[in-house]
Amino acid sequence: MPQSPILSVTNLSKSFAGVSALNNVHLSVQKGEVHALMGENGAGKSTFMKILIGLLTPDSGEIMFDGEPLKSHNVGEVMKRGISMIHQELLTVPELTVAQNIFLGREPKRWGFIDEKKLNEQAAELLAHLGVSIRPDARMKHLSVAEMQLVDIAKALSNEAKVIIMDEPTSALSDNEVATLFDIIRELQRKDVAIVYISHKLEEIFALADTITVLRDGQFIATKPANEFTPNSLISMMVGRELDSLFPDIQAPNGPEVLAVKGLSQAGKFENINFAVHAGEVLGIGGLMGAGRTEVARALFGLDPHEQGEISINGQPVTIGSPQDAIRHGLGYVGEDRKASGFIPGLSVKHNITLACLPTFARQGFVANQRETEAATKTVRDLNIKISGLNQRVTNLSGGNQQKVVIGKVLLSAPRLVILDEPTRGIDVGAKAEIYKLINQLTANGIAVILISSELPELLGLSNRIVVLAKGKQTAVLSTEEATPETIMHYAMQGN
Amino acid sequence: MNAPSLKPYQTQFRKIGQYGIVVAFFVICIALALSTPRFLTVQNLMIIVTQVSINALLAFGVTFVIITGGIDLSVGSIVAVVGVVAASFAHPDTHPIIVPIVAGLLTGIVFGTLNGFVITRSNVPPFIVTLGTMTIGRGLALILSKGRPVSNLSDSFNFLGGGKIFGIPTLILILIIAFIICSIVLRKTVSGRYMYAVGGNEQASKASGIGVPRVKMLVYILSGSLAAIAGILLTSRIGTGQPNAGAGFELDAIAATIIGGTSTTGGTGTMTGTLIGALLIGVISNGLDLLNVSSYYQLVIKGVIIVGAVILDSVNQKRG
Repeated sequence: MPQSPILSVTNLSKSFAGVSALNNVHLSVQKGEVHALMGENGAGKSTFMKILIGLLTPDSGEIMFDGEPLKSHNVGEVMKRGISMIHQELLTVPELTVAQNIFLGREPKRWGFIDEKKLNEQAAELLAHLGVSIRPDARMKHLSVAEMQLVDIAKALSNEAKVIIMDEPTSALSDNEVATLFDIIRELQRKDVAIVYISHKLEEIFALADTITVLRDGQFIATKPANEFTPNSLISMMVGRELDSLFPDIQAPNGPEVLAVKGLSQAGKFENINFAVHAGEVLGIGGLMGAGRTEVARALFGLDPHEQGEISINGQPVTIGSPQDAIRHGLGYVGEDRKASGFIPGLSVKHNITLACLPTFARQGFVANQRETEAATKTVRDLNIKISGLNQRVTNLSGGNQQKVVIGKVLLSAPRLVILDEPTRGIDVGAKAEIYKLINQLTANGIAVILISSELPELLGLSNRIVVLAKGKQTAVLSTEEATPETIMHYAMQGN
Repeated sequence: MNAPSLKPYQTQFRKIGQYGIVVAFFVICIALALSTPRFLTVQNLMIIVTQVSINALLAFGVTFVIITGGIDLSVGSIVAVVGVVAASFAHPDTHPIIVPIVAGLLTGIVFGTLNGFVITRSNVPPFIVTLGTMTIGRGLALILSKGRPVSNLSDSFNFLGGGKIFGIPTLILILIIAFIICSIVLRKTVSGRYMYAVGGNEQASKASGIGVPRVKMLVYILSGSLAAIAGILLTSRIGTGQPNAGAGFELDAIAATIIGGTSTTGGTGTMTGTLIGALLIGVISNGLDLLNVSSYYQLVIKGVIIVGAVILDSVNQKRG
């Protein structure tokens, strides 16, 4: 394109504690275009955006904005220059009004006091400009997520933003609201505002984007006009290989029933859940966000209570009221959020791995250091965890290695059944493939696996059978032959 | 991805955490030694450690609690109640020496258990719960003593905190023993590991099958017990059970813990750090005394050191 770009990034690099998050990344955004930034979780998109808005300082590289170098690492200043970001988690003050939120930090003043009248007038003007009917004096907490997002956009416009970064803006919106957002984005384009758009939803990308830049594992892969991509070519560029080869062959289950659940219910969360898992089998649980998958898993492991239902292990009914009970009965649990419920940040790799069965490495309450070290060393080797030493802190590891530490911890108690809730969330493709291989090894050794995943290819590629939940109810149990992306989505949408 | 290039000695330093404090401690000691000849004498150093020991004992208990992400404001009041209880069993020719000791220890354990019980069974934050028991404890000390010091204590009781064995004050010996035991509990036992785990990430600890309430119970009981030992020793040393004793001690204990590098949010901390923190406070007030600095200014200086230590800690954490 002949005109000079509004935002141009060259050779940007950033690493954390020696781990490269971005390596010589480029980006060139023209006025008035929607530029999609694509990449898997962990590809470096969020690090990249945090650098652009001044939250992080790059190690090297140059950012040119509107013809001048952007060197400021102060969020407020970057915003004033004309780069705004609509965050995935909305950063608004719920107790303040819409107008107060829009002008937060830049309130119009009169005699040194805030000019509330002018504040509301200007806010009303901005909102009208966007064509939305939100009252400027409404309290932020009374708005829907979609409305809050629009307020965020109004705030960006009030800063005379020339570039607006949108990170997964539709993740919490209904179809109608998405349509409204798209209209506003197109309107912004006409006003020569450039949009950097981050989303995992391919249909949105192809509906909106003029240009697509792909990142993978912190590396710049390509920038091309959107019409030169097909969904398949885009995916293979993002993951760097054909998806099918990621999954090992599914093995036929070979053993007796390990766990059976009958009529498991908890008001407001899930209702009448029934399934059985056999030794060597992967039972997938599919469903939309909020369908109750994680809630069922947490109840099985004793992290949350259940009001009704029977859980049997190896044919014997058991009571599971706490994680201790669950572990005693041979269950293992890897939660969906490894930062929140997986590892202990202050502890070393070794201490994290042995945490769940520390008493087995202890005599009279004293930890036997040598046996502990041996066990941790074996786990690190078996799971191929890449660390500089057993005493390294888990926080300094990549997401994939952190996840392996958490899985290693669970496996060290030699469980009969492992519950994996979103085991590959936020980790790079290489580590994903290793975790898939690991799941296969577990089942080959006769361990039963319950797999919860929002990624359909993962669920389909690994599971022997798939339980589908919708709004807390079990809508189907699908065999490998029956399970396709379409059937799963069909049952996942039931009751909507 | 590449393995991070963190050199082993860096993790070692971070484990100690209070590296900067160690340097500060020695710099201040050297400066004091150079500016007054009275500082670096065996006699003066003994005085410092003796003066520090009560605070250090309380701080060891508070360190366990803060590592799990909690706080214990009641230790100063426990010192007073325990002092009054122990003193009332310690009049000459009434009970054997073991009676006031056991009565005092039990009192501390009851308080610790009460703290732990309410904190683990309710959603009330430890700050509030122990603020309550702090007030209750002070009230009980006044009730039990009828507001008057309990004096006329036996010689054997007075020996506990005031005597010497082989020329070394008993307070110093007890401090050393308590330090060794507390360090071992924290570093070498399953319970100690669980304290770090609970303070580092309670959810993950729960999901790992750790009995989180048990761990919390234990730290408050430990804190109460150490406060009881401190209360018995203080009463013995001053020769009376004072219902107003120990007022504000909890803040000094928290200060020593935090200066020693224990994170206020939990999950990190060492007994060595806490000991150095307590010594640092003691050395500074001793040194300033020797230099004839008014005690009013000493408070200001202590305050600056507490905030400075936390700033240092947060800088360390950011680097980590």
